[in-house]
Formats: sequence, structure tokens, C-alpha cells
Amino acid sequence: MSAALLEVEHLSMRFGGLLAVDDLSFAARGGEITAIIGPNGAGKTTVFNCLTGFYRASTGRLTLNRGARNFLLERLDGFRIAREAGVARTFQNIRLFAGMTALENLLVAQHVPLMRASLWSVGGLLGLPSFRRAEAQAVARARRWLERIGLVERADDPAGSLPYGAQRRLEIARAMCTEPALLCLDEPAAGLNPRESAELNALLLAIRAEHGIGVLLIEHDMSVVMGISDHVVVLDYGRKIAAGTPEAVRRDPAVIKAYLGEEEEDALPPEVARDLSEGS
Amino acid sequence: MARAAPPAARRGAWPARLAEAALAAGLALVLAVPLIGFQAVETNAVLGIRTRFGWVALAVAAVFAGRLLLTLARDWRRAFSLRPTSPQPSPPAGTERKAEAGGRRFQALVPAFPALGRRERALLSLLGLGFALALPFLPFSSSYLIDLATSVVIYVMLGWGLNVVVGLAGLLDLGYVAFYAVGAYSFALFVRWFDLSFWQGLPLAGLLAACFGLTLGFPVLRLRGDYLAIVTLGFGEIVRLMLLNWVPVTNGPAGLSDVPRPSFFGLPFERRAPPGVTTFADFFHIPFSPQQRLIFLYYLILALALVTNAFTLRLRRLPIGRAWEALREDEIACRALGINPTTVKLSAFATGAMLGGFAGAFFATRQGFISPESFTFIESATILAIVVLGGMGSQLGVVMAAVVLVCLPELGRAFAEFRMLLFGAAMVAIMVWRPRGLVAHRAPSLRLAAGREAR
Repeated sequence: MSAALLEVEHLSMRFGGLLAVDDLSFAARGGEITAIIGPNGAGKTTVFNCLTGFYRASTGRLTLNRGARNFLLERLDGFRIAREAGVARTFQNIRLFAGMTALENLLVAQHVPLMRASLWSVGGLLGLPSFRRAEAQAVARARRWLERIGLVERADDPAGSLPYGAQRRLEIARAMCTEPALLCLDEPAAGLNPRESAELNALLLAIRAEHGIGVLLIEHDMSVVMGISDHVVVLDYGRKIAAGTPEAVRRDPAVIKAYLGEEEEDALPPEVARDLSEGS
Repeated sequence: MARAAPPAARRGAWPARLAEAALAAGLALVLAVPLIGFQAVETNAVLGIRTRFGWVALAVAAVFAGRLLLTLARDWRRAFSLRPTSPQPSPPAGTERKAEAGGRRFQALVPAFPALGRRERALLSLLGLGFALALPFLPFSSSYLIDLATSVVIYVMLGWGLNVVVGLAGLLDLGYVAFYAVGAYSFALFVRWFDLSFWQGLPLAGLLAACFGLTLGFPVLRLRGDYLAIVTLGFGEIVRLMLLNWVPVTNGPAGLSDVPRPSFFGLPFERRAPPGVTTFADFFHIPFSPQQRLIFLYYLILALALVTNAFTLRLRRLPIGRAWEALREDEIACRALGINPTTVKLSAFATGAMLGGFAGAFFATRQGFISPESFTFIESATILAIVVLGGMGSQLGVVMAAVVLVCLPELGRAFAEFRMLLFGAAMVAIMVWRPRGLVAHRAPSLRLAAGREAR
């Protein structure tokens, strides 16, 4: 196995008196799906926001090893993390460009190379052939992703008019169009029906297999977490309480305690028991 | 007509309508007594007050009747629209937004304005362009008409410039007139100091205005929406006050006169040329007419505006244009995709400012005289109104709104002091009738279907 793609060391994030993330360390490898799970308010999204530059971590070091280059994410601006380090993300509440079409959403994701190809608009205004070629390539890439997520028929419809599940898939495709090294997905299965979340599983597994990138996943849907992740990190109150393979984590008493409380250990509510046993 | 209305609504309709009309009439009474009821008159150098309660009664009665008619029309419309419990599939979602639903109720009150399809828009643009090109030679054309058309096209150009900032990038700019002023003043001063021609001064004016756009852009990078509007409003005032008070350079409130008039490739539009210079009329061996300059100015601004249009339409289809629109839609998502919001915002400000600067340079050469009076807040408000009424981001909408907003006060001159009242009423009517602007349509910058580019 290669060296870790992302190394999180002693990450803490403090909001006033609240310690949202407390001395968290973990690693995510390229070509693997790493899931971060935990009860609501455990600090999962805060970890993502630190990783992607939306928050500045109070302490700790976030290293991304991309080929020969290492990036210290805690020192980079948000847009540089996406542009240079290659960390792409999706959002818990979908953030598509709702008024723009699905195709345009995927083209905006390729803004950085396209901007360079258009010579910062000068070449684009002149209609240089090199820019036309670059644009055709970008459209072709967008088309491949639209075909893959089954939205090629609706490519010219505004993204905001797509069904919810399609918007989730489009957001993942948009993140992938930036050619990331690490893809961070914040609850991609939230609000999906069982069929859609099975499709999502297939999509994520295909992304891992074909692009060999690391995927970092926050998820509540245990069928997704247990079904596809290679490695699971469990947070509670901002602290890591367990880490390991899905099977190991599921049996971990600390995890069961965090999710269910101590006393009710032997009396699982039926739906929780089902969720926990699903996908194994 | 109310036969399809729910029975409960039908029974309670009349008392409710009367009550609504009475409420409106009461409000009108409160407003009309001080506003219409008393008039200050001067008799023998003594200020007295005359009462006009007859007028008040008339106004209140008019409001009562008007409100009653409005409620009737509304109920009639509602009953009418309820009848076909539309079994047809809903139109493709997303082309219409929530805001439109409110306005739809009122749309029946005025003759329906068709939502323009792609072909109609293209046809309308072509017709408009043809009319604009032919205007000076139409039989009913006059100096007044050409002058008015020149004003319209200036506003069209300003609207297209502001459309980049407000319509595409979604940055609410209430101080756009500042760039217009910078363009006009820098043109007037450069041309005078360095003895430049119009075509040499024009790019300089645009460049300087773009620099001012960047200057404004830097401090407001973190601001959005209302807060941005306040700062830009302040910026507009700062520029105006600077022009007013920096007397050694700008000549203060007296303004700059004798801004050189443009010449036709070196041929001036004069009756008698200074020695050694051939006039336009002499060169073409036609009799001199003061209209020649007007027509030339008209075609000049038309050409500038068309170049502006081509430029912005093209930018919109480039990555930078899509980034502007993406920034308007969601700045956080932009950052997550590696787009630097700072450069995107600054480029929008600079582009919009540059186009405003070009328009300003033209304004200076057309008027021959500029003073801070021409660059007050009301100008910014008018340009913004043109963009908003036209439909944010729509080039055709800007033209239509500019025609309405510039011509309406002119047509209204017959109504003397009620002119601006008419103007305000028209603006309210447009917003009620078409809440997203006259041409509320966004054409995608690129289509996958058939692989052809959108207009």
C-alpha cells in the first residue's frame, strides 16, 4: 500500500469555548474510501471544513501528499486547496449553481485549466484554435460524466430543476471534473431512497477503481458506510473513539456506546439494529 | 364569471371587496389632506393657504373606485384561472421561479406580453437593429428624434456595462455613475492636456475607469448584497464630491467646457473650417447641415454599443463569464472548485467600469460640456433600473427597458409636473407585471444538444 494521501495530525478546532474537534489524528490512503462517522454534532463536517480551507484549524497539521509534492492544507487558501492540492468536496446541503445548466456546472469545475487555455480571456476573445480545442475537450469530459451519472438527456436544463438524487450525483461529478487527488463527500446519501443510494455506492466504487483517488466520506447511512468503505473513523464529541475496518468498528463497544448509550446496549431499537447489520 | 370560484369566496366577496376599497380610500384620505388639501399661495407677498377639499374628495373617490375595480379584476382572474384544473404537464421547471407566481395573478390585467422564444428574440433583435441603423434616414426623423435616440443608446450601453457587474456577477452596484464620470472627465482632461483625438482619448478613458473599478473592487471584496450596495453608493458620492471640490483639475461646479467635438476621420463638422482644414461637408461636396454631426454622433454611439454587446456576449461564453455567473449563484461552491473569487470579482468590476468609461467619454464629446451635475445618484439609479426592469443578465431586456425609461419622461412632457409620477407608475407596473424583468430568460452559454452554441 502506498503512503497515506492525507495525514491529519493532532487537529483541533475551537469555536470560543466549544472544542468541536479535539486532537484528531487519522490518515486516508489513495485508492481507498475512508468514512468518517459519528453521532450528530460529533464534528465531522468541521473536519471537512478544516480540510478544505473554510475554517482555519486552531492547531494541528494537515498534509496532503500528491505525487512528489506535499501540501500543508492548514496554510493554504480555500481555493488553492482545491486548485493546487487537488481536494474537491461536495456539501451537506447541495451547492450547485442552480440557475446554470448541468453542463455549465461541469464546465465551471474546469475553470482553472480553461482559463489558462483562454489566456485569461484574451485568447478566448480572439477565438484562438488552442482555446477552442481546450473547450471541446472540457465539453467532452463533462459529457462523459453526464453519461455516467445518467443526466446526458438533461444536460441543458438548469441544475436547480433536476430531481434531488440527480443533483447529488451532479455535485459529485462536478467535484470529479476538477481532477482531484482527494474527494471529500459530505453526506452524499442524505435524502436518497434505497435504490438511489445503491446507485451512489456503485458510482463511488467505480470512481475508486478507475481514478485511484482517495475518497473521504461523511455518512449516516450505514448501508453506504459498511458497504463500500475500506476504513472507518468514528468521532464522538470531536474525539476519535475508534478506527479500523467496517467489521471491527461495528463490533467496537465504544462505538456502540456512542451511538446507543450505555444502558440500552442489549435492547437495540429494531431500525438501528437493522441499519447496523446492513451492508455487511 | 365567478361560477368556478369556491362558494365560500363567492358569498363573502362583496363585503370584503368593499372593505378593501374603503381601507384604500381611507389611506388615500390621510395622504391627500396634507398633500392635495392645502396649497401655499402667495398673495401680495404674503404667504397664505388655500384649501382644495374638492380635489381631496375626488382623489379619495378615485382611489375607492380604482381599488374596487382592481379587486374585481383580481377575483375574476382567479375564478378564470381555477377553471381548467390543468391536466397538462407542468412546463419544464426551472425556467420559471417562485417570484413569477406572484406576478402571474396580475398578468391578466394587462394584455399578455408573450414570453419570448429563442426565435422571437432573435427576430426582435434583428428588427431593432435594423430600425436603429435606418433611424436617421426615416421620413419622420428629426434632430430631436436623433438626439433622443442617442440618449437611449448611451443608456443602453451603460445598461450593458452594468449588466456585467449586476446581471452576470450578481454584485449590486449603486455607484455605477462614478465610472461614467471618470470616463467623461478623464477623456475631457486627457484630450485637453495632451491634445489627443477622440479615438486616442477613448481607450485612455476606458482604462482609467477600469482602474477605478479595481480601486472600488479591492475594499469591497468581502461584501455582498446590501452591504456592497451601500459601499458602492458611497463610492459614487465620493467621486462626485471629488469632481465638485478638486477645483484646480476639474474646475469644480463650473465644469469643463470646450471638450473637443469628434471629427469624421479628421474632417470636422463645422460650417466654416479654420484655414487649412477641410470640413466634412466640403470634402463630400454636400451642403452643410447641423444634422450631420448629430447623425455622426448617433452612429458613433451605436457602433460603440454594438461593440460592447458583442464583447459582453462573447465574454459570457468564455470561462470568465461562466465564473461570473457561478459567483452570482454560489461563492462558496466556487471556492471549493478552485476558483479565486477575488480575481473573478475584480475582473467583473473592471470590465463593467471600463464599459461605463467608454460611455462617459462619448458623453463628454457629445455634450461638449461636463459638470458634476450630470453624475448624480439618480443616474446610477436609472441605469440600475434599466438592468433590473430589463431582466438581469438579458441584453435584449436592457434595450427594451432603456427605450421605455428614456422615452417615457420625454413622452410625458405634456403632463408637466405629473411626468415623474407617470414614470414611477410605469416602473411599478413593469415589476408587478413581470417581476423578473421584461425579458426574464437565461440562455445557456453552451448547449450539449446538437453541439451548437446558444445565442
